[in-house]
Amino acid sequence: MDWTAVGLSLRLALLTVLILVPAGLLVARWLAWTPFRARPLVEALFALPLVLPPTVLGFYLLVTMGAHSPLGLWFERVAGQTLAFSFSGILVASLIANLPFAIQPMQRAFEAIAPEVREAAAVSGLSRWRSFWRIELPLAWPGVLSAIVLTFAHTLGEFGVVLMVGGSIPGETRTAAIAIYDRVQAFDEAGAGRMAALLLAISMVAISASYLVSARVGRRRG
Amino acid sequence: MAEGGLVVELRQSAPIALEAQLACAPGELLALVGPSGSGKTTVLRAIAGLLRPAVGRVQVGTDAWLDTARGRCLSARERRVGLVFQHYALFPHLSALENVLEAVPPGAPDVRRARARGLLERMRLTGLDDRLPRSLSGGQQQRVALARALAREPQVLLLDEPFSAVDRATRERLYEQLAELRGELAMPAVLVTHDLEEAALLADRMVILAAGRTLQAGAPQEVMSRPATLAVARQVGMKNLYQGTVRGHEAEHTVLDWQGRVLRVRRQTQFAPGSRVHWCVPAAGVLLLPPDPSAIGALDNLVEARVARLLPLGQQLLLSLAVAGEAHPLRTGLPRHVAPRYALHEGMALTVRLRGEDVHLMLAD
Repeated sequence: MDWTAVGLSLRLALLTVLILVPAGLLVARWLAWTPFRARPLVEALFALPLVLPPTVLGFYLLVTMGAHSPLGLWFERVAGQTLAFSFSGILVASLIANLPFAIQPMQRAFEAIAPEVREAAAVSGLSRWRSFWRIELPLAWPGVLSAIVLTFAHTLGEFGVVLMVGGSIPGETRTAAIAIYDRVQAFDEAGAGRMAALLLAISMVAISASYLVSARVGRRRG
Repeated sequence: MAEGGLVVELRQSAPIALEAQLACAPGELLALVGPSGSGKTTVLRAIAGLLRPAVGRVQVGTDAWLDTARGRCLSARERRVGLVFQHYALFPHLSALENVLEAVPPGAPDVRRARARGLLERMRLTGLDDRLPRSLSGGQQQRVALARALAREPQVLLLDEPFSAVDRATRERLYEQLAELRGELAMPAVLVTHDLEEAALLADRMVILAAGRTLQAGAPQEVMSRPATLAVARQVGMKNLYQGTVRGHEAEHTVLDWQGRVLRVRRQTQFAPGSRVHWCVPAAGVLLLPPDPSAIGALDNLVEARVARLLPLGQQLLLSLAVAGEAHPLRTGLPRHVAPRYALHEGMALTVRLRGEDVHLMLAD
């Protein structure tokens, strides 16, 4: 069992969730309730990672982060290391690859809140923050939970984009999914099997927990 | 306008055309009446600050909530308004008590909770504090919504068709409760409804709205029996609408020419002799005379008619009476148990009397 790779995957998934879900919450709320002409275009842009082959997304990210790209040069100047083939690089890639998994469930959840309920909060004198904290967020909670679980599970399983951007550097960019691939390439089926089973178990637990909580919330609200 | 009264003037051409003026005194319940799509809810939303009209003024006492001329527009959060939504819009994940508590102004937690509890008690919802909206009946939800609207100590109370989503029995109980509550409320209250009877039952005054325009304001009975225009007459359900010419005014009556017949009607001197007018008479002002002609005596406004149609409707028998020279029939009704005395049948000739006091003249639109 490559515990370093498992640890790296968990760290990547956790950081992706911690950064992407709060930011995605604001984007999802904005997309759900703000009508503007270019909205379909913006929605399509956020959904693109869902349909794009991971290698294509990975290729563009690699080009954008490469040592000779403006972003790559800037990052190297600031951080003293390259963005491509680093943990930071795969974290950025992971944030972009997971945009649809974070935004879409939360956007649907915000869209499902009746406009009158939000208006009722306003005419009841609730401040914007209190309205968000006490009314909108609890009502959108099943969507937020889905976003957390999907982003976490998808990051654990992400392969193509991470491989393109990060390669397979032990302790830096070799995630569990890449380690499994490497084990198979090295004819270590037993090692690959153990890690695959572990990823399967983690994903299963996360998804089940999300369904369980959603069902409980659903029962409470009828 | 008395201190704390509400004055509203709204004008816009799109997306929904509005040309509305209304005023409501403190403690007064004003019904905003109109058919679906007439802009009632739009007016209410503009008062609440949920919609900003192109041009307008919403003034509560000395506070201007909206004054587009001065570029002032308070948000809904800043207007101290209580709004009961048509489908209540309770917060579905919060209990009845929490729903009310959210709207109670900031203060010590114990004081706020006591106030929320007090409002629920006042709405006869004691013991239902912890219930979620979904486990409350329609009537109970409506009362939680009313408690929440009052929790903010509003300067204006707005009710958007609050009785439309409950059954008849519940609605009648809620009418009684609102009527009781009325005495305790010192703020202006605006009730949106499409139901004239509801408006007449609950409101001190009513405003008729059509296609975003306020057409007439006044006491419900006055608006319903003395509509200012043909459009209002149609909207308040006046069926007997005709045209005539004012012949002149006598000491006690105005003399009207209706297709060559002379009618002596309530004196309305604002219409000059010779002017062409619309006139209306409620069904209750069309009286069937007894079958025995000798009992009639010398009465004004007798009209020979023929029964064109008889329609039993509940305990009433509705009559359409054809009158020579007039395209529109006279409509009236009488209790079904009385009908046999007249031996009514379609095609029979009879005499009716139009009660002059009930005849109301209107300018041609």
